[in-house]
Amino acid sequence: MQLVLEKRAERSRTIALVSPLIAIALTLITMSVLFAILGKNPITALGVYFIAPLTDGYSLQEIAVKATPLVMIAIGLSLCYLANAWNIGAEGQFLIGAVAGSWIAVTTQGTEAGHWVLPAMLVAGAVAGALYALIPALCRVRFGASEILTSLMLVYVADLLLDYLVRGPWRDPAGFNFPTTAEFDPVATVPVLIEGGRLHLGSIIALIVVAGAFVLLDRTIKGFEIRVVGVAPRAARFGGFNANQLVLLTFAVSGALAGLAGIIEVAGPIGHLQPGISPGYGFTAIIVAFLGRLNPIGILIAGLFLALTFIGGEQAQITMKIPLDVTKVFQGILLFYVLACDSLILYRFKLVFAARQVQSAAR
Amino acid sequence: MLDPGPADLHAQQPLLQTVGLTKRYGDFLANDEIDIEIFPREIHALLGENGAGKSTLVKTIYGLVQPSAGELRWQGAPVRLSGPAEARSLGIGMVFQHFSLFDNLTVAENVALGLDGKEPFKAVSARLADVARDYGLPLDPKREVWQLSVGERQRIEIVRALMQNPKFLILDEPTAVLTPQEADQLFVVLERLKAEGRAILYISHKLDEVKRLCDTATILRGGRKVATCNPKSETAASLARMMVGAEIKEVKPPTERRTTVPRLVVNDLTLAPAELHGVRLQNVSFELKGGEILGIAGVAGNGQDELFAALSGERLVKEPGTIIIDGLACGNLSITQRRKMGAAFVPEERLGHGTAPRMRLSENALLTGHAASDMVRHGFINAAATLRTVDRTTETFDVRKAKRDPEAASLSGGNLQKFVVGREILRAPAVLVVNQPTWGVDAGAAAIIRQALIDLASAGAAVLVTSQDLDELLEIADRIAVMFHGHLSPALPRADATREKLGLLMGGASLDQKEAAHAAGA
Repeated sequence: MQLVLEKRAERSRTIALVSPLIAIALTLITMSVLFAILGKNPITALGVYFIAPLTDGYSLQEIAVKATPLVMIAIGLSLCYLANAWNIGAEGQFLIGAVAGSWIAVTTQGTEAGHWVLPAMLVAGAVAGALYALIPALCRVRFGASEILTSLMLVYVADLLLDYLVRGPWRDPAGFNFPTTAEFDPVATVPVLIEGGRLHLGSIIALIVVAGAFVLLDRTIKGFEIRVVGVAPRAARFGGFNANQLVLLTFAVSGALAGLAGIIEVAGPIGHLQPGISPGYGFTAIIVAFLGRLNPIGILIAGLFLALTFIGGEQAQITMKIPLDVTKVFQGILLFYVLACDSLILYRFKLVFAARQVQSAAR
Repeated sequence: MLDPGPADLHAQQPLLQTVGLTKRYGDFLANDEIDIEIFPREIHALLGENGAGKSTLVKTIYGLVQPSAGELRWQGAPVRLSGPAEARSLGIGMVFQHFSLFDNLTVAENVALGLDGKEPFKAVSARLADVARDYGLPLDPKREVWQLSVGERQRIEIVRALMQNPKFLILDEPTAVLTPQEADQLFVVLERLKAEGRAILYISHKLDEVKRLCDTATILRGGRKVATCNPKSETAASLARMMVGAEIKEVKPPTERRTTVPRLVVNDLTLAPAELHGVRLQNVSFELKGGEILGIAGVAGNGQDELFAALSGERLVKEPGTIIIDGLACGNLSITQRRKMGAAFVPEERLGHGTAPRMRLSENALLTGHAASDMVRHGFINAAATLRTVDRTTETFDVRKAKRDPEAASLSGGNLQKFVVGREILRAPAVLVVNQPTWGVDAGAAAIIRQALIDLASAGAAVLVTSQDLDELLEIADRIAVMFHGHLSPALPRADATREKLGLLMGGASLDQKEAAHAAGA
């Protein structure tokens, strides 16, 4: 008797929708085991992680705030991944966007600059992110360098650049030597949507990005190009689509969205530039992109779910003394299961007993 | 019809026998209770269309596939084969249609890799040379495979199988890649093997070959055995009827068409290969008029793919005037621009090149239709227009599918090919370049496609058909040229293009030998 993977005739659309749910279920089971090993009650822990944050208004707003950068970045990444371009460096593009936008905030600080400042910061963040993402893209197109490695390495460059700026030239003179810029002026701050709340304009922008990506992929020839290049490169060339151009385009768009998310994060919830502005949004967004099946609507849902794990993780740390790193473990396990479950879309399990009696089992 | 053949043949025990052999893939029966008996000193044909279950049956006999039910008997005793190694140890050899050779290794190295024993390399090399000489299959053990022609590569596979001294040899479509002369040489070898008392299972869909060579024929259709007969006492038409299960629509012979102005002109096209061991196109020139079908014959891998890439614009040529479509120099223009000029292209590979396999038909209509149609407006896709193309193609070319807009990969080969060809023809192109229009397609679909090409030419288009199937070219082309080592021969009018002449050209006979050798090494 043996368990074999058998290829399906056509990809299963049901499984394509269900596979992220199977992955989540398997992750929860694995996490329960982990909690039990840590000596915590799995039911209570999972409750704190996934139920408690949904029960009060503050946490709900906070989930939306955390989901905003995740969704924006993941939308950009999904375009890259659909086109078979592997941008792993969204974290770096996020940081560079934050730095570029902050430059305008820092230089206009205390001046009479008007309402053009915030829009200018957003544009600067997006442009800087795009240009930064184009470095690995150009290296791949021109020299054949692996964009996976180069984009990843540029994350550390961006990280150190930000570190240098806030410890050196941009440090707040009145900041008691803390490595941070001064609080941004009101004209350089992303407005909140509810007075006294945390939800800000960035969440609206994220929703617009989701809608835009949906229209792009579903209705336009450019979106079609992106999808064909990814799934059938030779057919795409036959169709007259230039794969290299699309690598550049998707990297630029993805970098712009990550950069925009970066400056929104700094000019919004944080309010100033400092090290550690991202708890790994650029990397978590990779999980969001895949968990959301590289589909804009899926990414919106997945982004909210991953944001929930961030909030739940913080609460679990406070109330149950579960280390915050468990959140990262959770996200890693989730990505593992998502990718594993994807094979069920094209394959199904079969139990083979003997050559004469073939039975289907465990679909 | 069920004439068992010469009596003396069947007086003995079958060498190999299948009893109720069945192979099930999910709900699909690839082989349904097949009984077949193969005797020593017999060339047994296995006939059937694509998808009839020939490959599955042979793979089961060679141990590559485990049967779901039924039995395999070797010299009367039931056997269960764990894999090809066990099949080989019994004395079963197989020559596949697609070779498994390493291009960068020598002939002897390739053979040594395929042998199970621990024979020293030098001994293998010597034995290889002996067997090759003995059977009149000349091979230089020291040459690297990439330098060899397809016919020579097939010889390696045959010699490799013969070195195991098999009692039973399976050959899968061996003449598909050979010139007529090479095929004749192969038949001599097969007759010799038969005379030595071996049995041969010969898979083919070329009926005249089967009639000429084989003692017995088993015909499969839809996974079932339809008949076992003596092919020599059947006609090609009766065999075809059994294979297809219906009369095949005859393609109307092309009436005299009036040719118009040149619509596709290629001037002295020379192009270095894009890939390692690719073929260099050498001074290819031809002129194709409206209302005309030009056929390009040749053994695969002689530059046909490279020519297609250059004509379609998948690869650009520096000198624009090298390729002229409807009077406009376009060597440096993209495939999209060429489509806008009225050209259309059908590549050899349906899945992955002509279509994106996992995308719907409407999306695959858009793949080539976006260039010149109402499918795209201001960058937005007109989904209704793409579906209209699918519906029109379905209707005009009788594309059979499970639903209105399925994934390309879910269609059968013949139906997908009808879609791919139909998609282009419905755009009423001025120039159609098509590679292997009916490769791996059932007879019914092939007839529809050939008729469509003839009708398109009659309507005034210039049609360039590249094919390895000489019968196809002789049926539809007005002139036939032959591609060999990147050179294109002058085109022969159909009346002059005998199989013998074309065969010689396919073997490179008319070319200066030195130049040909140089081209092969380039």
